[in-house]
Amino acid sequence: MLHPPVTNLPIKAEVRNFNFFYGNFHALKNVNLPLCEKKVTAMIGPSGCGKSTLLRSFNRMHDLYPGNRYEGAIVLHPDQTNLLDPRVDPIEVRMRLSMVFQKPNPFPKSIYENVAYGLRVRGIKKRSILDDKVEEALTSAALWHEVKHRLKDMAFALSGGQQQRMCIARALATAPEILLFDEPTSALDPIATGSIEELINELKHQITILIVTHNMQQAARVSDFTAYMYLGELIEFGNTNEIFIKPRDKRTEDYITGRFG
Amino acid sequence: MSTTTEFLVSERLARRNSRRLAERLIEAVLFAAAATSIFVTVGIVYILVTESIVFFRHVSLIDFLTDTQWTPLFDDAHFGIMVLLSGTAVSSIVALGIAIPLGTTIAIYLSEFASARMREIAKPILELLSGMPTVVFGYFALIFVTPLLQRVIPDLSGFNLLSAGLVMGIMIVPIISSISEDAMRAVPMALREGSYAMGATRLQTALQIVIPAAVSGIASAYILGIARAVGETMILSIAAGMQPNLTWDPREPAATITAFIVQVALGDLPHGSVGYQTIFAAGLTLMLFTLSFNILGFWLQRRYRERY
Repeated sequence: MLHPPVTNLPIKAEVRNFNFFYGNFHALKNVNLPLCEKKVTAMIGPSGCGKSTLLRSFNRMHDLYPGNRYEGAIVLHPDQTNLLDPRVDPIEVRMRLSMVFQKPNPFPKSIYENVAYGLRVRGIKKRSILDDKVEEALTSAALWHEVKHRLKDMAFALSGGQQQRMCIARALATAPEILLFDEPTSALDPIATGSIEELINELKHQITILIVTHNMQQAARVSDFTAYMYLGELIEFGNTNEIFIKPRDKRTEDYITGRFG
Repeated sequence: MSTTTEFLVSERLARRNSRRLAERLIEAVLFAAAATSIFVTVGIVYILVTESIVFFRHVSLIDFLTDTQWTPLFDDAHFGIMVLLSGTAVSSIVALGIAIPLGTTIAIYLSEFASARMREIAKPILELLSGMPTVVFGYFALIFVTPLLQRVIPDLSGFNLLSAGLVMGIMIVPIISSISEDAMRAVPMALREGSYAMGATRLQTALQIVIPAAVSGIASAYILGIARAVGETMILSIAAGMQPNLTWDPREPAATITAFIVQVALGDLPHGSVGYQTIFAAGLTLMLFTLSFNILGFWLQRRYRERY
């Protein structure tokens, strides 16, 4: 069930025999999941199923809090780095993967400085490089034309949907290998949600995307592959069409048809 | 059947009336408590202003602000408040020069780096420091810090603004660190996570994200620290000497506004004499200073209110 007909596509990352513990709580149980290069993989499942926990393992966010433990591996291709290896610096991991959060979290800075933040953190100081990258990232996030005249304004001045697109620009500016989305539209209205989804469909031509979503229609609209998770286990993984049209597992079918969750 | 219902209803209404009365009583008590503090403040301001008016009938405001001597108790009396203000300013600058960098560093450490356990131990100990009677700090400055400083600066006088200012700075550290830390800890985790997710280190996150987000709280901490330094009395009376001295050199002894008030209040000046009235003029000056700092703090807080 776990490795469906995706093997012929190039793989960007692989979750292998992954277990995760919050203290003594066994939150993720032996998860295996491939991420195909330049495709969108969606993780769906009821609240508490561990989909966000898995997403946040990719960029080692759990390292920020005491008492969390990883087991197994998340291997990044082509260099076969195990992101979870204790010898691998979490900062290095986060330099390669970017993340967009549930609620837009603009920094208390100007729009320009928000987008340039990751570059500055990497020690880039040259104005011309920063200018170019900021413009490029904002253009990719379909925000450039709305903000190009007000780059010095505080980021809070933007609307919720614009803030989230700015956060996407911020994540893109550092040219990450994978973009992680943690329910990126759950705090947005339907129109802003629509523009973010459109953006994800654009971005997958450039970058591998992993998205957690509560919204099954959203998974169906934006993703190429879907993983259904339940109680810390990966129940089913496959082409999004197959998962939604003829799921193989009874539990997936129950969730998708709205019988629970 | 219907009569019982009516009885029940009226009984419930009666109970509600008595409850309303009790509530009004409580409200009145609470209002009286709040009003007391306002009345006291208004009373103090009233006395300061009216007594100062009497003072300014004898001494012109121009002289008060520009005279370079402060000798209200001499026959040849001069009333140049700048003399006292310079002492207050120098000692406050020394104190804040210690308290702001140290307090901010401690706040960053406790909020962003220390473990929960470390914080639980360190915070109460720090706060103990600000609970210490200032008279203890004053003697500490006079009999411990001054001799220590005299080894480094041989011509330092026994009473000096430097030693008093340094110790006052130590006393203010917990005010600044505690309030700044609260402000930093109130910054939502989502912002920190956003910064870490971009590959930032702890220090980068603390300096570039947490501090700007907490800036209004940190500014209020500084303002409170300034107000405390300007109003501090005991340490300066003990360790800085009480000679009015127009100086900007922290190595010299000088009287501050507060130290002068103590000196006059302890002495035996006849009521209604100009010398006696100077206390109120000096007190009014001090109050205007702390008031303007409070207004500045209030404005800063409004201007840079936390928006996450």
